[in-house]
Amino acid sequence: MNYSVAFSTILIKEIRRFTRIWPQTLLPPAITTALYFLIFGKLIGDRIGLVHGIRYMDYIVPGIILMSVISHSYSNVVSSFYSTKFQRHIEELLVAPVPNYVILSGYVCGGIARGVLVGLVVAAISMIFTDTRILHWDIVAAVFVLTATLFALAGFINAVFADSFDDISIIPNFILTPLSYLGGVFYSVEMLPGIWQKVAQGNPILYMINAFRYGMIGVSDVQIQIAFAMTAGFILLLASLSLYLLHKGIGIKN
Amino acid sequence: MTALSIQNLKKTYGNGFEALKGVDLEVECGDFFALLGPNGAGKSTLIGIISSLVNKTSGKVRVFDHDLDTDRVAAKTCIGAVPQEINFNQFETCFSVVLNQAGYYGIPRKLAKQRTEQCLRQVELWDKRDTVSRRLSGGMKRRLMIARAMVHSPRLLILDEPTAGVDIEIRRSMWEMMQEVNKQGTTIILTTHYLEEAESLCRNIAIINNGEIVEKSAMHQLLGRMHTDHFVLDVGRSLTGAPAIAGYQIELVSERCLEVAVPKSLGLNRLFQELSARQIEVLSLRNKSNRLEQLFLDLVQ
Ligand SMILES: Nc1ncnc2c1ncn2[C@@H]1O[C@H](COP(=O)(O)OP(=O)(O)O)[C@@H](O)[C@H]1O
Ligand SMILES: [Mg+2]
Repeated sequence: MNYSVAFSTILIKEIRRFTRIWPQTLLPPAITTALYFLIFGKLIGDRIGLVHGIRYMDYIVPGIILMSVISHSYSNVVSSFYSTKFQRHIEELLVAPVPNYVILSGYVCGGIARGVLVGLVVAAISMIFTDTRILHWDIVAAVFVLTATLFALAGFINAVFADSFDDISIIPNFILTPLSYLGGVFYSVEMLPGIWQKVAQGNPILYMINAFRYGMIGVSDVQIQIAFAMTAGFILLLASLSLYLLHKGIGIKN
Repeated sequence: MTALSIQNLKKTYGNGFEALKGVDLEVECGDFFALLGPNGAGKSTLIGIISSLVNKTSGKVRVFDHDLDTDRVAAKTCIGAVPQEINFNQFETCFSVVLNQAGYYGIPRKLAKQRTEQCLRQVELWDKRDTVSRRLSGGMKRRLMIARAMVHSPRLLILDEPTAGVDIEIRRSMWEMMQEVNKQGTTIILTTHYLEEAESLCRNIAIINNGEIVEKSAMHQLLGRMHTDHFVLDVGRSLTGAPAIAGYQIELVSERCLEVAVPKSLGLNRLFQELSARQIEVLSLRNKSNRLEQLFLDLVQ
């Protein structure tokens, strides 16, 4: 059987969902980004001066873009798949001959689409405030998509285990946001005091942000090969876990 | 060929509750089949297993000779399922609800749109195609689920209490629609806890209670075996107590209303004679509405 129709049906449905509610999905990141640039970039940034020889305002652009990719690819899948479960229309997929990998890729690609679209909106806003240019398009595109994939998968797993609407906001609020902020969006790890530099290196988001920053402006605190290997490894791990959970029907079937 | 064949099907839920205790069932191709049973009997669990929503604990299920364990994709394409609870996306329009389902079954977009139109017309919801499904009335929501279940032209349509909570007029139009679908060759299995519904639609019936099939037969045979009919009579004068007539069990419901259990062996004529001998005129007579309870009592006896 050819599952491309089922896949594109899920994907189109997912894209329609977040574009239909664009004031909740696309507008807020645009506003938040503008605020970041006004406050951190203009008001505070001028007092910081240069980081790695780069104007502070330009230094924070990659992190801000990637942070929005992370949070939106994650939240798209977690809220969409959770409400699919909660409203029970997951049953529409379960009664039909749709293999689990098609369900998973449909939702994950929906999350990637949102992450990428929001990332582009945020990038467009940053162009208004900064004169950002991209040094390595290939690296930027790869990090962009891999990061979106990874966090879309993470959002999927969160949704599978979630039993209430609270459960879908715990991880974004208490884990993702702090890790993103501590992932060197607004600073270089070199600016941290001794021991904290080591601690920061245990944060996977730090690697992705730095790889992305390298792609855009050519500076990084970490080796970008490690960042790619790590992201790919996490993607494989989370994708296998997601398929296993779907196979077992955890949180979905009795 | 059998449309559905089930052997020794068991289901124990995670909390240890045994909802199905070894069900055997056969439904012939083209049949209009009723699965009748009180709330909690295990009807939805059984339907859930057939339509891949619930994992079975043990047993065999075959749909048009496709084993659910080894040939699930083929089995799924044969089945259209209308669940008991509303389970479509309430923020989507009627059209997208049906169209998406067609997509999940792999029907290409263009054909899917045609099928969506046909099915929405068939359940008389074409006018509502652009309405967000949340805004439909209860009866319309059920019909939308029927349209969705038929979009891939399944050979077996399973409906779990499709008319529960639907008003009488819509219920009748749904009955007509289901009969039409059955006439066109689709096998239909319907669960209900109204005997009347099963009686007016179905040719064969199974009765399930506490996770076990307690009766399987042709509808007319089963009805023929019911020993007692229950009637409600409106009478011409006020009564202070129920009249005592040998062989009949009579209760006073209100001053001018009696409820009578009439054994088939005695019939109605004698009852009327006895009542008019007591100067009690019968103004009207109707079947007592839920006879399922009585049927159970009869079966258990
Ligand atoms: N998820 C579940 N976990 C535990 N028990 C359940 C679950 N779903 C249904 N049951 C129990 O199984 C029995 C049969 O339920 P169900 O199949 O819905 O009956 P029916 O559809 O005939 O009313 C009921 O006693 C019900 O409480
Ligand atoms: Mg039920």
